[in-house]
Amino acid sequence: MLKTLRKIASVGLVSEPAPPADPLLRIRSALDERIRAVLGRALCIRHVDAGSCNGCELEIQAVNNPLYNLEGLGIRFVASPRHADLLLVTGPVSVNMEAVLRRVYDATPDPKLVVAIGDCGCTGGIFGESGASRGRIANIIPVDVTVPGCPPSPIRILAGILTAITNARGAATGE
Amino acid sequence: MPASKWWARTHEVPGAPRARGFAVTREEWTQAAEDVAAAGGRLISLWTARGADDPSSAAVYAAYWIEAGLLLTELAMAPEEADAPYPGLETLFPSASRMQRAAFELYRVRSTDPDQRPWLHHARADYDFVRVEGEGVHEIAVGPVHAGTIEPGHFRFSVVGEKVLRLEERFGYAHKGIEKRFTELPILEGNRLAARVSGDSAVAFSWAYCQALEGMAGCLVPYRALWLRALCLELERIANHLGDLGALGNDAGFAFALAQFSRIKEELLRETENALGQRYLLAAIVPGGTRVDVSPQAADALAGRVAWVMGEVSELRGIFDDHSGLRDRFTGAGILSPTLATRLGALGLAARASGQSLDARVDLPCKPYDELPPVKVVRTEGDVAARVAVRFDELVESCRLVRSILAALPAGPHVAATRTPESGAFGVGFIEGWRGPVFVALEAGPGGSIRRCHPHDPSWQNWPAIEHAILGNIVPDFPLINKSFNLSYSGADL
Repeated sequence: MLKTLRKIASVGLVSEPAPPADPLLRIRSALDERIRAVLGRALCIRHVDAGSCNGCELEIQAVNNPLYNLEGLGIRFVASPRHADLLLVTGPVSVNMEAVLRRVYDATPDPKLVVAIGDCGCTGGIFGESGASRGRIANIIPVDVTVPGCPPSPIRILAGILTAITNARGAATGE
Repeated sequence: MPASKWWARTHEVPGAPRARGFAVTREEWTQAAEDVAAAGGRLISLWTARGADDPSSAAVYAAYWIEAGLLLTELAMAPEEADAPYPGLETLFPSASRMQRAAFELYRVRSTDPDQRPWLHHARADYDFVRVEGEGVHEIAVGPVHAGTIEPGHFRFSVVGEKVLRLEERFGYAHKGIEKRFTELPILEGNRLAARVSGDSAVAFSWAYCQALEGMAGCLVPYRALWLRALCLELERIANHLGDLGALGNDAGFAFALAQFSRIKEELLRETENALGQRYLLAAIVPGGTRVDVSPQAADALAGRVAWVMGEVSELRGIFDDHSGLRDRFTGAGILSPTLATRLGALGLAARASGQSLDARVDLPCKPYDELPPVKVVRTEGDVAARVAVRFDELVESCRLVRSILAALPAGPHVAATRTPESGAFGVGFIEGWRGPVFVALEAGPGGSIRRCHPHDPSWQNWPAIEHAILGNIVPDFPLINKSFNLSYSGADL
């Protein structure tokens, strides 16, 4: 126990400042600004892997590490779409996940936001569209923000999440 | 006939070290499998193909790991016999069953396996789970969307109270047509898709792919490139082990472990990006060598960072060992006995935690592993604690290897020009990734195309082992037991 406490004290706080929102990542502004302001930064995220290679998952996990410290911004991952304000979806959407993804989207209460993560989520990536793949996330459910990259860095994922809840003037809402 | 007798009939297969193959008849197909099983060999992969010129003909292949090396058997079936099921290997090698089911769905080549339920294709009627009946037995269905940031898959538990009587896995949710997609890519670019078969094993898969390709094309890879590849592979191993150790602590209720290990992992990934241009090395391995080189300054910084990782990990291991709560959750949970691991043909780090002394880096080393032999880590307890201990030991060993590689990095170019292999050329790659050995079988088509590429992740072998390891444990321990294996969904769903 003493070793654990000593380690916590010696490492101290390592969290770094969050990146600014990037309006270029936004592809849709369906939610009224006032609603985005209500969602603000007390945001709940549900991650859905719709058929990815698991590379994006590694970097999504990283946004929770102490350096990026997503929870320090008031944003956290939740265990059910019914508790979520925002879906963070990786792709491509496999045929076997298509109906599942629609159901998860329907189970998420309105108003809701969707952020597509990774080249495959944004465009279908190297897998594209085929007999087994439906391609990009937006082919199946409405997407508000896209974060390309293979995989995108945690900083870009953070920027994508913050963009989704930022108003048109570029300022974070809810503050 | 012992397995080594077959060896005499074989011809060399380009790519992986000590890989040899031969064509068999239906009788020999089964006979060879029986001999390999009797000699303690492992089924590495089973796949099928349709004839290049005549799709009504077919072939089924098996790759075995025997003491002498990799043994490949090919059973070619002429059009008139292609509809007759080939002899399934599921009684000799239980892991063959799912491979045979998947192979039928992808290429319509049927085996004699009595289990003909669909595996990758979900469109048809409801899946027929095996029901457990009796007083008080009920089912818990989990997935395909899970509570954490993980891949899609379905688990069906049959339980009494909290105790698991049976677990049946249902996968294929991440099936995105990888084998078909390969055939649409130029053979010199297939490494990009190989790296995305399972993103956490990108180096292992792209190296295995390039190993097959370079063998087929007769391309000599520069010495420095091979060392750089080993550097990438060990960095991938370290990063994954760091992530898993943190997650394992967290799954046992010790959030401190996740915070610390993910911090260490992040620092390592940043140094990796500084040295090799990417945090995760999805683009590092290319045909003929590596995409990037390491400057002397970056090599020094990376070596320093890895030494720091070793120190941090050693300190955290002390904390893990002293933590009675962790010991209580880890010890005796999810036991895969050595006997069962042998019977199920388990591979990789999970197998080594169950007494299986198999590590392709040591037993079938490709360059440069013959020059820097890694120390093989084997334990016999087979529980979560053993898999944690194997991770700790392999993590430290990989740190040592990275430092040795950086200190002895040979001079010279890091990439050589590659040729396109001739149409019909066939080769295999075999690389010990962090999870276990990954295998790639590659056949060239005309004009620099891919006729057939079959990537195989050890998760095919190890997923069925989890169905056994969970028996008698309680449902709340499943996340911990599952994470201690940390298998790939995408890698096996293809």
